[in-house]
Amino acid sequence: MTRKLTRRGVLAASAAATGTAFVTPVRAAPPEAQKITPVLIEGAKKEGKLAWYTSVDLPVAEKIAKAFEAAYPGISVKVERSGAERIFQRIGQEYQSKIYNCDVVNSSDAAHLIVWKRADMLAPFVPADVARYFPAAHKDPDGMYASWRVTLSPIAYNTKLVKPEDAPKGFIDLLDPKWMGKIVKAHPGYSGTIMTATQQLSRDLGWEYFEKLAKQKVMQVQSAADPPKKLALGERAVMADGTEYVVTMLQARGEPIAEVYAVEGTPLVTGPSAIMARSLNPNAARLFTAWSMTAEAQQMNVDVGALRSAHPLVKDRADRRKLADIKTLREDAATVADQADAIKTRYTQLFKV
Amino acid sequence: MTRSLDLSRPVLIAVAALLAVMIVLPVGWLVVYSLSDKDGSATLGNFATLFTDPTFVDPLVTTLIIAVSVSLLCCAIAAPLGWLVARTDMPFAGSVRTLVMASLVTPPFVGAIAWEMLAAPNSGLLNQLWRAISGMPADEALLDIYSLEGLIFVIACYTFPYVFILVANALDRMPGELEDASSMLGAKTWDTARRITVPLALPTLLAGALVAFLQALNLFGSPAILAIPAGFHTLTTRIWSLFQFPPKPELAAAASLPLLLLTVLLLRAQAMALGRRGYAVLGSKYGEPRLIRLGALKWPAAGLALLVLAMPLFLPYAALFNSAFSRVASRIISFETATLHNFRFTFLELSSTMPALKNTFLLAVSSATVGALLALLIAYIVARKAVAGHRVLGFLATAPLAIPGIVLGVGLFLAYTRPPLTLYGTLWILLIAFVTIELPAAYQQLSSAFHAVHPELEEAGRMLGATRLRTLADITAPLLRSAVIATWCFIFVAVIRELSAAVILFTSDTKVLSVLIFDLKESGDVGAIAVLSLTMVAITTVVVAAANRLGGTRTAGRLHARAVG
Repeated sequence: MTRKLTRRGVLAASAAATGTAFVTPVRAAPPEAQKITPVLIEGAKKEGKLAWYTSVDLPVAEKIAKAFEAAYPGISVKVERSGAERIFQRIGQEYQSKIYNCDVVNSSDAAHLIVWKRADMLAPFVPADVARYFPAAHKDPDGMYASWRVTLSPIAYNTKLVKPEDAPKGFIDLLDPKWMGKIVKAHPGYSGTIMTATQQLSRDLGWEYFEKLAKQKVMQVQSAADPPKKLALGERAVMADGTEYVVTMLQARGEPIAEVYAVEGTPLVTGPSAIMARSLNPNAARLFTAWSMTAEAQQMNVDVGALRSAHPLVKDRADRRKLADIKTLREDAATVADQADAIKTRYTQLFKV
Repeated sequence: MTRSLDLSRPVLIAVAALLAVMIVLPVGWLVVYSLSDKDGSATLGNFATLFTDPTFVDPLVTTLIIAVSVSLLCCAIAAPLGWLVARTDMPFAGSVRTLVMASLVTPPFVGAIAWEMLAAPNSGLLNQLWRAISGMPADEALLDIYSLEGLIFVIACYTFPYVFILVANALDRMPGELEDASSMLGAKTWDTARRITVPLALPTLLAGALVAFLQALNLFGSPAILAIPAGFHTLTTRIWSLFQFPPKPELAAAASLPLLLLTVLLLRAQAMALGRRGYAVLGSKYGEPRLIRLGALKWPAAGLALLVLAMPLFLPYAALFNSAFSRVASRIISFETATLHNFRFTFLELSSTMPALKNTFLLAVSSATVGALLALLIAYIVARKAVAGHRVLGFLATAPLAIPGIVLGVGLFLAYTRPPLTLYGTLWILLIAFVTIELPAAYQQLSSAFHAVHPELEEAGRMLGATRLRTLADITAPLLRSAVIATWCFIFVAVIRELSAAVILFTSDTKVLSVLIFDLKESGDVGAIAVLSLTMVAITTVVVAAANRLGGTRTAGRLHARAVG
């Protein structure tokens, strides 16, 4: 199954697996930037709907969908939320059965976009804001996708269960026997954020880190959005990985949770968006994508969803450290694309699930 | 058989062909896939992997441990409870019986989620309570639901009612004279119980043990919720994990076959165990069984029964209600902290709620209608020996009982993701799955109902010139009205809570309620899960109550024994 879509197979065709996240072979000049025009709105309203496959946390996704529906009445957004790795599998499965449900896709595993692009599954589209403002590292040179969101996978702890001075300072600290049975972490077979983070950590700390972590009786959840929620419940004291924006949102709500940007560096996770080439609602898909990249929509991502943004006009939240001040690990989507299956296999061997 | 307008022969052929396609196609593809490698050439490699790779062997062993433990635990709970309810003067015996059956309304995966809220080692409400009472330190726990023992306990909670129903019904029917004779000959109450009652009930208990074993073997939802956080797989969750990227349907097919074979074997064993039960009730009419006086033990017994009921019923629902109205599920709500946030989110913000409810409702109604009609037709043909070859139909209609939900899901997936019938992505594939899964129970219910309708009535109709189908529609069907309604409701309820086949077969446009709950579970949206679970149980309860009103009170007792959720 999915023979057309194995990451390895797709990548074998190209020798361009270089170190930079968004480098894929340039085919032709990218399409012209698209503004939100009355014609586009008209066409989108005629279609009246779109399906948005995303791995962003569900309450955030629904709020964004509602904001779009409020901005453009008459166009409804169906949110299909799952882990990025599940979404990747779902789309592959649906395409093999010639089901073209997905209009706009957003993944927290940037490697997926590379794979889809090489399989000619994406439609070129460059929103005006992306063309004008987004840094080169956050857009595909062929105009197939751009970073709709940026997030981190920090460590975090429950402040009622752990005193700040006892909190781990970095990943290696988590291997201390005192954290035995107290750690929760998410799964790279489900979450794109965790897949991305696992690749970076195994590269920089070595697989020994995970081998030792697996012996700490870790509670294994699926979504990167879940470990912070487990901390808020008080179910575990520390999370070894998980998504930053849920930590920030829980904090803002007054839950006893604090993040730790690890001394080794925090995994950086970009989440690009794209329009599917077989989209049955292409105008609605374009309108949604163009809108979602505007400074206003990106600011809402930050204010409401506590995401980070690649849009230079967007102001980061005052209640947390600026991205520029955080030591991050280097993201390497092309390598993830090449190694994802091996990473999952290795991870499953260590953690048993 | 040469009446000009009698359609019975074509109908028989059509039904037989339909059933054959429904069953042979998925199972056939399973076998083909299990013997193929990635490129489609023949191999035994999948089975070699299955029995050597520890990522398959471990789940297989774990699953067997779980199934045996659940089976023993269920018998240990259900046998004494069934005896207390059926044969003693325990207070509230009638209510206890009703409540045990009512606990079956809870889908097992919802029960597992509720028990997470109760007995997660740190945030679980029971653990918090225990710490408050005993002063146990914060990082120790009384209960840990994320463990093999925890999983066994939760599966047993929602499996023992099946065993209970079998045992209680058998004890109801057991002749009182044998026990009377024993007491008259001077045996004490306990001796009579030990020497007469227990041996007579033993075959039923054995059958119950097998039912529990099968449930635990084929269950998907509870292990997916409790085993994975604990760091282990069962066979069903492992099969499901093979559908993640990169999907390995060949291995999934191979891993499904042991479940299928084991189920077939155990069903044979169960039939034999239940078949032997006959000797207990041979002979003519017997007296009502005598109720044993518990004396001073009366109230402790009732207390024990209520304690047992707390496990599948009182505690989990308390936890679900608490989560539904609270912002953080691990905190007990009060009037000040109660919030409708989760209800607002679930019904106003969550865009998948309404489509999922619509799909679920549509599928439940259509599966119930198609399933009940199909079962009625088959039961009629078999009961009235309408055409030569009727036995084949009876066999085919019961055969799906041997196909675990997740295995059927895999089989249907393999069969219908290809031409000529690319049904994947439509509600049709789910309809086929649900009708196939529920057909055996529906058929068994209706065929026993047919035995109650005397053939003379039909013969009269036929003598007056009506065809078989017309007789069936005008005479038999109205007489079977209550049984048909009960069967319809029964399928409706079973479809609403089905997870194991749906989780393999759904697409974003064909998501059903159970899959939505499972999705939310994976991202940890506990509040919405509680709201949706309570909604699901509310719908189910209404339908069961309606079934009991329309179809007589015995329907709840006929809940069949197959893996759901």
